[in-house]
Amino acid sequence: MTSATLVSGFGLILVFTALVALLAKPFGLWLFAIYEGRQTPLHRVLGPVERGFYRLAGVNPDQEQNWRQYALHLMLFQVATVVFTYAILRLQGVLPMNPRGLPGISPDGAMNTAIAFVTNTNWQWYAGETVLSNLSQMVGLTLHNFLSAATGIAVAFALFRGFARAQTSNLGNFWADCTRITLYVLLPACVVYALYLVASGVPQTFASLVNATTLEGAHQAIVVGPVASQEAIKMLGTNGGGFFNANSAHPFENPTALVDFVQMLSIFALGAGLTYTFGKAVGNTRQGWAILWAMLLLFVAGASIVWWREAAGNPMLHHLGVMGANMEGKEVRFGAAASALFATVTTAASCGAVNAMHDSFTALGGMIPLFNMQLGEIVIGGVGSGIYGFLLFAVLAVFLAGLMVGRTPEYVGKKIEAREVKLAVLAIVILPLCILGLTAVAVVLPAGLAGPLAKGPHGFSEILYAFTSATANNGSAFAGLTAGTPFYNGLLGVAMWLGRFLVVIPVLAIAGSLAARKQTPAGPGSFPTTGGLWIGLLVATILIVGGLTFLPSLALGPVADHLTGAANLLY
Amino acid sequence: MTSAINRELVAALRPSLVMTGLFAGLLGLAYPAAITGIAQVAFPWAANGSLVTEHGQVIGSDLIGQGFASPRYFHGRPSAAGSAGYDASASAGSNLAPSSQALHDRVAGAVKDIAATSPGSPVPPDLVTTSASGLDPHISPEAAFFQVDRVAAARGLPRETVRALVTAQVEQPLLGLLGEPRVNVLRLNRALDEATVSRAQGH
Amino acid sequence: MSQPTSMFSAELVVPALGGSLRKLHPAQLVRNPVLFTTAVVALLLTVLLFVGQTGLSLGFQIQLIVWLWLTVLFGTFAESLAEGRGRAQAASLRATRSDLVARLPDGSKVSAATLQKGAVVMVAAGELIPADGEVIAGVASVNEAAITGESAPVIREAGGDRSAVTAGTRVLSDEITVRVTQEAGQGFLDRMIALVEGAQRQKTPNEIALTILLVGLTIIFLIAVATIPAFARYAGGQIPVAVLAALLITLIPTTIAALLSAIGIAGMDRLVQFNVLAKSGRAVEAAGDIDVLLLDKTGTITVGDRQASQFLPLNGTSPVTLARAALVASLADETPEGRSIVRLAQEAHGLEAPEVPAGAEVIPFTAQTRISGLDNAGHVVTKGAVDAILRSVPEAARGTAATELRRIAEDVARQGQTPLAVAENGVLLGIVALKDVIKAGVRDRFAELRKMGIRTVMITGDNPLTAAAIAAESGVDDFLAEATPEDKLALIRREQQGGRLVAMCGDGTNDAPALAQADVGVAMNTGTQAAREAGNMVDLDSDPTKLIEIVGLGKQLLMTRGALTTFSVANDVAKYFAIIPAMFLVLYPQLSVLNVMHLATPQSAILSAIMFNALIIPALVPLALKGVRYRPVGAGQLLARNLAIFGMGGLIAPFVGIKAIDLVVAALHLA
Repeated sequence: MTSATLVSGFGLILVFTALVALLAKPFGLWLFAIYEGRQTPLHRVLGPVERGFYRLAGVNPDQEQNWRQYALHLMLFQVATVVFTYAILRLQGVLPMNPRGLPGISPDGAMNTAIAFVTNTNWQWYAGETVLSNLSQMVGLTLHNFLSAATGIAVAFALFRGFARAQTSNLGNFWADCTRITLYVLLPACVVYALYLVASGVPQTFASLVNATTLEGAHQAIVVGPVASQEAIKMLGTNGGGFFNANSAHPFENPTALVDFVQMLSIFALGAGLTYTFGKAVGNTRQGWAILWAMLLLFVAGASIVWWREAAGNPMLHHLGVMGANMEGKEVRFGAAASALFATVTTAASCGAVNAMHDSFTALGGMIPLFNMQLGEIVIGGVGSGIYGFLLFAVLAVFLAGLMVGRTPEYVGKKIEAREVKLAVLAIVILPLCILGLTAVAVVLPAGLAGPLAKGPHGFSEILYAFTSATANNGSAFAGLTAGTPFYNGLLGVAMWLGRFLVVIPVLAIAGSLAARKQTPAGPGSFPTTGGLWIGLLVATILIVGGLTFLPSLALGPVADHLTGAANLLY
Repeated sequence: MTSAINRELVAALRPSLVMTGLFAGLLGLAYPAAITGIAQVAFPWAANGSLVTEHGQVIGSDLIGQGFASPRYFHGRPSAAGSAGYDASASAGSNLAPSSQALHDRVAGAVKDIAATSPGSPVPPDLVTTSASGLDPHISPEAAFFQVDRVAAARGLPRETVRALVTAQVEQPLLGLLGEPRVNVLRLNRALDEATVSRAQGH
Repeated sequence: MSQPTSMFSAELVVPALGGSLRKLHPAQLVRNPVLFTTAVVALLLTVLLFVGQTGLSLGFQIQLIVWLWLTVLFGTFAESLAEGRGRAQAASLRATRSDLVARLPDGSKVSAATLQKGAVVMVAAGELIPADGEVIAGVASVNEAAITGESAPVIREAGGDRSAVTAGTRVLSDEITVRVTQEAGQGFLDRMIALVEGAQRQKTPNEIALTILLVGLTIIFLIAVATIPAFARYAGGQIPVAVLAALLITLIPTTIAALLSAIGIAGMDRLVQFNVLAKSGRAVEAAGDIDVLLLDKTGTITVGDRQASQFLPLNGTSPVTLARAALVASLADETPEGRSIVRLAQEAHGLEAPEVPAGAEVIPFTAQTRISGLDNAGHVVTKGAVDAILRSVPEAARGTAATELRRIAEDVARQGQTPLAVAENGVLLGIVALKDVIKAGVRDRFAELRKMGIRTVMITGDNPLTAAAIAAESGVDDFLAEATPEDKLALIRREQQGGRLVAMCGDGTNDAPALAQADVGVAMNTGTQAAREAGNMVDLDSDPTKLIEIVGLGKQLLMTRGALTTFSVANDVAKYFAIIPAMFLVLYPQLSVLNVMHLATPQSAILSAIMFNALIIPALVPLALKGVRYRPVGAGQLLARNLAIFGMGGLIAPFVGIKAIDLVVAALHLA
């Protein structure tokens, strides 16, 4: 690995980061128009669809809901769509668009997948191309890719309103938010995006299989399908559930380095945009920028560490004469730098797509994706979930240090009091509870120990990664773990469900509590929540509160993995 | 309290069920169908898998790697897709950790095999490591040049001719930043076949 | 009682030691969940010492257990010490109260403790007032030094704004009849004692929120530590319970939890030492949050008395004529303003000030006429508000003179002075300008407040022109002119509607609604009982300028809490680096590279961390009791400074501290 290569890798990281910062404002303004319920040019085309949906569903979009109503409608909708997808997966064998005659999915598998997609996790215990029909991929899964993204953004909107409004219980209407985000943001963006992907080589066909005879005369069965339409929302909605087992490493999902770069940008586009939307919503865009800078700081640090480690390669292979970057589980067209970047992006956001196999990353290179998720995926984060998760930490940071300026802590004009602290703590506790608690269960039970491919500390990392990914609703894996068993399907299903909704509900409750408060105008005596000091404080709080919780587990997983590796121990 | 929640639940029931159905129709059927329709008209080749045909016979996809074992062909990377590798209906990486004995042994084996056919050092890392998808269509230029002697000898082609073929197939990173220098193995091997045929005809 | 007691004098420390043991009672300890957790863990280890097989050396275990118990004890000690300081202050008050005797109108004497609300008692010169109440008859001078520390007597009389009397104060002259306004045991003195002792202390909103956060952190770290045995089992090893316990206790925020109530008590105590009694801790916290300060002009911004500065005669009147008339009109005026007119006439025009001529009739100032003067056998000289004088002189004397008078008056007002018109026998002579004297240094104070983000609003009865000029000169941000109590109330409501917190002080009965409405209402101790009831603080010195200091004290309380919380949480980083390598060494020896402090042995590392964790508590007690230094600067600067000291300090200090302790532990072969 030459130093020139190393530098160009860091250059890639910085160029990417700069572009994300540039995307924040346009996407933020677009989302802000939807947040406010303003008319956009798209309304002329899709307005009738929106109104038709409301009429058929008996929804009055102007009827504002309090946080309990908002949460209740949201939850019931999640349950309805889970049941729907569960049914489709179970009945796959008798449903149409299944030319390969794939059978229905087992109950635990179907339930796990339904939960995985409704929670925006898209954990995949199965290999897409070998298990799912085109109908299951489209109706069962693509549907959720849209709706889970829209739901995340809707919750973020409700929280924004909590900060922006005063002395009200109204947080907006869930159906209106969800429908508008889908119709006026996700769907039009995906139409354009999907067509770009097809033009770049991503298949889009209702056919399922092509038989080829290779140059050497062997038979190669090539699975195709409606990939582009799913790929677009998979990235934009930070879902990450691939059409194929290899996900965005598969040449059909991610054919070129440029598509790869666009995919990474699209993972961050809406999440970064929402920081700007937040600033607009609370009437001070600097608030939004401060959040974005804190996120990008953590991001650049993480990506740099991954690249630094991956570029150094696998020391255990050096004595075989295999030098250079760690290329096991990576594609040549992306190279190690773009793979390191992709791994950081996808775990910083709750995307879960992979363009390289995280399990084969170097110990520390794989630790950063793990750590990103353990922080709750708040570095840009999932669409909606990233910003509301981040705001939980902001509330905590304000409370920890805010007293130091001699005032009751305030954040963007709202006093942070016992109720908010209680709810924020509740939402944050769910991460260690599910990640560490369920990992502890899995590493002592035979059914859990049957999972890992690796032995030694890396085997522990595989289990830890699975529960981290599920709880944080990421969906990527140290895929050596055999997770398609009733034990893992069940436990990971629980982790995904709790990890999503035991955060969503407290967040909505916080929104309700904040909305009822008066607005306190900021002055020179107010705790400054813009500027370098605040950004530093945010980063420190996230690393200390979020990070320290997981230090023992990281020490026994990736850190031990790294250090035993440095001592040339193989497992 | 309870009755209020019950009332709200009833109120939420209809939109929950109806919206599920409507969105399933719009996002699960209409949207992919529309994209498929446009794609099939506008980008038919790409939309159907960038298939490469020869004499009306599909020989593979331009984007999907395929297995090469003969010394007459450039070899792609080791593949963990399917039991025999390069199974385009079962994409997969090895998922072996750097600290894995199995990885170490496999790479050691691959290095030994390569050393037997193409002596030289250092071994290009991509040639002894499996890709993420198991379907990686590319190898690095180093990995291609590494095999030139072997291929040239097996084909009875001048080394320089083969080198030129490789050089012609090297793709550079976009804007010098995106991606790595690479060679599409299927394209290279087809060019190789063509060159061999034309040379045979030329003789 | 404003004598601060030395922080660690033996008379405070010894009882505090006993108190710290009494506070180990589970029912008390559970109020502090973090310390409770620590105690449970210490107890668990103590039990395990006798029944368990841990594989650790006995000496190590015993030391660990001792330090865990010490952690708890240091926490309870901090609270006891803070309470003790309050109690010392309360002691003198209690001595005053214990022997109070009430004399009923029928002459019988009963113990003050039996007095019911509404009872009527007589208090004569030399007697102590037995209970809080209101003077319903008579007037007396009262020495309130017992409460205020101020020895100059004050006048207490029936009716008006000076009717409230306080238990334990001594009547110096005359006799008054007092109606008791408080139930026994709920009087001013009782509340004060309870408050400074911390006995009735309820957690304030911020304290509750902070406690929730600390409990949350405790739960998170509990999960982190409780899952380690399973992880270790995967790695093929076992971690002794004592080591896990040590990790848990060092990670949970014991430092701030131990000091939290001490900080609260000490904050209250500082206020009391400052002769301000807050009726609740909530009020003290609210003081830190104040956005708007309503300040009465007189006494706060200006010295109480206006001074005559100029004689401005009408056209055709000589200055001397005006000066002489003004002097005569003021001869009987004993107010400082009247005196200043006499003085100015003497100094500026060399006039003699005669005695009030015999037989001359003094025209007294009344709220209705708003003029005063002298009627010497038909020779009438008056002075007063311009409108009032104009109304008092015959229609004929007006015309152009009136217009000119108004013009001069307006000029005077625009300069921030108060115009006083003078008339002689129905003829307008001119204007005496009375100048408000701005107190020294107020401009700087207001600039400071502005930096702190606090807006000052001057409340005055002056007309808007005068008010604007004084506002400009004093540097106050805004003013409310010609203010009535209703205006004041409306202003407070308006500010609060905009999300701002308002502080004010007041003394009159008509201030009561505004005092009650304000987030911090400081009633003057000399004020009426109604005012004292309505406010949530009482200033025993009756000094309205104190409002500014009260805000500072409130901020200091919150800052101290925040600073020590940040310090406590930041400490965790170093503790991890001490314990994690020590703990996991048996599983993966390679983890020893994480031992960045190069601590001697795993056991010494663990012991040093737990010792540091315990010792930091008493080390920070002085800071908790004294409070973090507050300087009136903007929040950004405050944050930068405190983050540097307590955030960075919190990160670095334990690295140094643990290493130092480890050197000692290793040298003494303790582990």
